[in-house]
Amino acid sequence: MRSPVLEVRDLQVHFRVDAGSFFRHDYHSIRAVDGISLDVYPAETLGIVGESGCGKSTLARALLGLQRARGGSIKWLGDEFVGASEEFLRKKRREIQIIFQDPSGSLDPRMTVGEIVAEPLKTFFPSMSKMQIRERVSGMLQMVGLRSDQLNRYPHEFSGGQCQRVGIARALVVNPRLVVCDEPVSALDVSIQAQIVNLLKDLQQKLQLSLIFIAHDLSVVRHVSDRVLVMYLGRVMELADRESIYHAPRHPYTRALIESVPIPDPVRERARARRSLQGDMPSPLNPPSGCVFRTRCPFAIDRCAAEVPELEMLEDGNRVACHRHRELPGEPWPESDEADEEVSPT
Amino acid sequence: MTETTRDAFDQALDRRTIKGRSLYVDAWHRLLKNKAAVTALVVLFVMVLLVVVGPMLSQWDHEIPDWEHYSTPPSLETGHIFGTDAIGRDLFVRTMIGGQISLLVGLLATLVSLIIGVTYGAIAGYMGGRIDNVMMRFVDAVYAMPFMFFVILLMVVFGRNIFLIFIAIGAINWLDMARIVRGQTLSLKNKNFVEAARACGATEAQIIRRHIIPNLLGVVIVYVTLTIPQVILVESFLSFLGLGVQEPLTSWGALVNEGAQELETAPWSLMFPASFLAVTLFAFNFLGDGLRDALDPKDRL
Repeated sequence: MRSPVLEVRDLQVHFRVDAGSFFRHDYHSIRAVDGISLDVYPAETLGIVGESGCGKSTLARALLGLQRARGGSIKWLGDEFVGASEEFLRKKRREIQIIFQDPSGSLDPRMTVGEIVAEPLKTFFPSMSKMQIRERVSGMLQMVGLRSDQLNRYPHEFSGGQCQRVGIARALVVNPRLVVCDEPVSALDVSIQAQIVNLLKDLQQKLQLSLIFIAHDLSVVRHVSDRVLVMYLGRVMELADRESIYHAPRHPYTRALIESVPIPDPVRERARARRSLQGDMPSPLNPPSGCVFRTRCPFAIDRCAAEVPELEMLEDGNRVACHRHRELPGEPWPESDEADEEVSPT
Repeated sequence: MTETTRDAFDQALDRRTIKGRSLYVDAWHRLLKNKAAVTALVVLFVMVLLVVVGPMLSQWDHEIPDWEHYSTPPSLETGHIFGTDAIGRDLFVRTMIGGQISLLVGLLATLVSLIIGVTYGAIAGYMGGRIDNVMMRFVDAVYAMPFMFFVILLMVVFGRNIFLIFIAIGAINWLDMARIVRGQTLSLKNKNFVEAARACGATEAQIIRRHIIPNLLGVVIVYVTLTIPQVILVESFLSFLGLGVQEPLTSWGALVNEGAQELETAPWSLMFPASFLAVTLFAFNFLGDGLRDALDPKDRL
């Protein structure tokens, strides 16, 4: 068995908020990431899915050390990141890079594209000559599908998809081993999404990269990932290979997510039984006892409120955190009692 | 399609390297379309030229009186085109010299406030938390001190000195600059590209220098063009009170003060310096407005 490049164990990132008045502090902690464990292997893609606000982006930032973790461990090729000095983390960021969600917002509007892509080179390799930097940058731009004569242009002169290509070039120019993609395509048009996803896959093959691909769109994650991690309220619900997630989801939350993917055929879409989730995600300030998903889970029993389900390792190597995962997969989804879901065309 | 047209297409499309237009170049083009701002720019250029070259061309000196003409009205015959003051000094030369001092005070005091204000504000805004709190409360405290009283005290303790005026005015004006820059920095530091720079291994100092300050420039340029006239006015006010520059040097404010005392007998000695002052202030304000429109067109469409 290959050994993982990144090992995350029981990672916790909490934010402290002051809910008190002007005179009295009243601190609470938001558990944005609460006990996440995952491994990333060389040249594989790990997809991370979950609703907005479940802590995906916080997890991404914590992996790069951009957000301090409160507890747990992040081991990158044997080096511990949690509690490491800022100086050490800064050096290590050459090996782990990030691609952001907002393509144009992550590019400095006052810099040319060439300067933007050259910035990591300048900070990580101060001894590189101007000529070398120029060559590397224009080579990188060609690799992501931009022309090298666009080097002197500014971000506002590019489309969203092109800006995202620049973001990819900036992440890859220093030859990282792992790239964290924080919803890299959710701000783009569907047609452009496919281009960017395919570009990432090509580059991964060419450069033998490991990718962590974060998204709330399951169909995109399905297209790129080898394994998928399902997050809810800062915790891992299920971690399984792609085929199991999509064909035999074990956790009720995973099932609900897959059911909610729209079918691009109006007749079938309308005929399909609605199994959407009820209600909103509970506040991470005050998470439910036991299983965090139980408040919205149609299969919840008393045990779910009393005991926190362990992330159980199954025979096939997949993991799931649910008390009832052995009995549930065959069971039909209970009918939703919301009446306003079917809108008749008459 | 024939071969020749295809070649022409090729040439037109990508056989040329494309030079990008930065946001500043864009802003400059927008500024050039604004008639008021262009006029202001020309007026300011002419004003600076006149103020610097004028005294050299004139046969008179700003200190030495012309013993034959006391308080004479403007006339080409005597060679005093703006007339003379009560003790026979040429008003044209004095207005130009006054202009030199007024513009110099405006520029230098603004420069002082610019350097202190931008550094202070950027650090406070970027560091945030307790450092920000302490730094901005200090600004509030200095704000609360009565400015005129402060200047008068300085003059009394250290004596009247032109450099003291630069420092005094700059020391007050940087407070506004620091507040504006801090606010802008607060919004900039949460932008994604700052996070991206951090992910690229940049240090805090590099982020402030490479990303925060260049992005502040737009707001700062606008504020500078609006601060210069404000500073000129403050200096004029100080001179009017008799606290500004010392004779025989002069400034527009001091000249207006002298002119006002002889308003009934020699109105020209008020008219000329006052109109030069007014035109300059107008021009700076128009230029500032034009720059503001040019640099953030999004807000005003």
